[in-house]
Amino acid sequence: MTAKRILGRAVMVALLVLGALVILLPFFWMLSLSLKPADEIFAPGIDFLPSRPEWRNYAKAFQEIQLFQFLKNGAIVCGAILFFQILFAVPCAYALAHRRFLARGAIFGLVIAGLLVPYHVTAIPVFLGLAQAGLLNTYSALVIPFVASVFGIFLFRQFFASLSTDLIDAARIDGLSETAIVWRIAFPLAWPAASAFAVFSVVAHWNDLFWPLIAVSDPNLATPPRGILYFRDEEAGSDFGPLMAAATVITAPLVLGFLLAQRKFIQGITASGLKG
Amino acid sequence: MSAPRPRLREALTDLWLAGPATVAMLVLIFIPALIVGVLSFTDYLFGASTFHWVGLDNYIELFTDRTGRRAVTNTLLYVAVVMPTSIVLSLVAALGVHAVARWSRGLANVLRTAYFMPVAATLVAMATVWQMLLHPNLGLVNQVLALAGMAGQEWLSDRGLVLYTLAVIGIWETIGYNMILFLAGLAAIPEHLYDAAAVDGAERGWERFWTVTWPLLGPTTLFVLVVTATRSFRVFETVATLTNGGPAFASDTLVFAMYREGFVYFKAGYSGAITMVFFFFVLTLTLIQLRLVEKRVHYR
Repeated sequence: MTAKRILGRAVMVALLVLGALVILLPFFWMLSLSLKPADEIFAPGIDFLPSRPEWRNYAKAFQEIQLFQFLKNGAIVCGAILFFQILFAVPCAYALAHRRFLARGAIFGLVIAGLLVPYHVTAIPVFLGLAQAGLLNTYSALVIPFVASVFGIFLFRQFFASLSTDLIDAARIDGLSETAIVWRIAFPLAWPAASAFAVFSVVAHWNDLFWPLIAVSDPNLATPPRGILYFRDEEAGSDFGPLMAAATVITAPLVLGFLLAQRKFIQGITASGLKG
Repeated sequence: MSAPRPRLREALTDLWLAGPATVAMLVLIFIPALIVGVLSFTDYLFGASTFHWVGLDNYIELFTDRTGRRAVTNTLLYVAVVMPTSIVLSLVAALGVHAVARWSRGLANVLRTAYFMPVAATLVAMATVWQMLLHPNLGLVNQVLALAGMAGQEWLSDRGLVLYTLAVIGIWETIGYNMILFLAGLAAIPEHLYDAAAVDGAERGWERFWTVTWPLLGPTTLFVLVVTATRSFRVFETVATLTNGGPAFASDTLVFAMYREGFVYFKAGYSGAITMVFFFFVLTLTLIQLRLVEKRVHYR
């Protein structure tokens, strides 16, 4: 290898690492502030490391704001949405892939058309409907609008279409009902599609701010992003240490999930290239 | 084939399997989309018992009223800044990481992970961190500028600057996602094409890029372009977290205006019109995107 090439590589790596550091800077800064005592946060000068880690910021975040409640809400809402999305999407996707019936083309057409509609578009009428039903300010208001995932139906249909018909026919001859085939044969085989879809769904709804901002005003029902804004906008909001501790805790589950299962995570998120 | 079953039972099975999802799609997506279109021609207010037809008034207001027009032009400007910048930077990063992967997979993986981190993180939480970084007195950014002898800026409250500040955060957030798409495109380019280009005399990095990489990356680039535009059109979280559309509507965008007019001021009709304009932009882009997905499939 010539000296020129080594130099070229060194310059390239240096630039890439510099870029990566810039991208990661907000993460470092968040961690740093979350561990700094208040007087160091307000002191002039640039210090990445606190003189001593101030763990009380994290204790405060859990005591003064209902951080635990926000995390619980996020888990309940994301879990319920994913459960109902799969409950609705999987049988429909199976029917679209392995059964012949009159409305099949029309229903698949609806699925494709549905991919074109961002969820912001339906917000006003869905809000009106939930208000009519007296469901605003409940967990239901956060879950119901998302139970019909056209993306989920599409993804599972594509996967089921690749399953061999012989397998399905064999199960039918064994006397299994169609419902049993869906849940005991097709769905377990669809694990790659299901895990990619789960990542896509949980990431989207854990991070969403638009709908929680509209559907609930009760802080006890706030999902993590909504919750952190309640905290920031209260008078305690100038208490930057605990605020950054809260931001760290809220960001941690998905970031850790990403670091532990990168391949799955990237698949799940980029699969949504079709519907961001 | 299994034994023939009664047709009615078959039909009931189809209904049982596909019916719930179909009803849910109609009730939660298609009927609401129609209703919002109808509402956009009325002066309906949330909670009101009646409404009047106002024809195109809501649309006319959106495109002639100063605040309304701001939301449209700001969104277009935001997309016009984020889209090309994010694509160029992510392509450069992807080319670099792809080249590094030839001699060090480990380093390439670490770099890829770092660039993708913002995509996995909760944007609202990270926006509060950006607020700290950009704080006029305490923020890291202004302190670094001061060290370099430059004047600090009011990044989030200067009317001329605020939209570009949000655009930088938008770029920060999308680079990793686009880089992953470019890396997939680069991995699909067969190595022997580079050898052939070398035989034809294209040996230097630039020549290799223009004769092989860039043309073969064409479909990927188009796809990334449209995906980035679609995502940028939806900008909401950073606006709602950092500026509320201010100061003086300087960072108002379509989705934020839709939220404010509809759910803060309860003007469902006007908000419906904003929704339809937003829908029109996104629909156009998504249709292009679907065409590209189809093409990409044929390509392989």
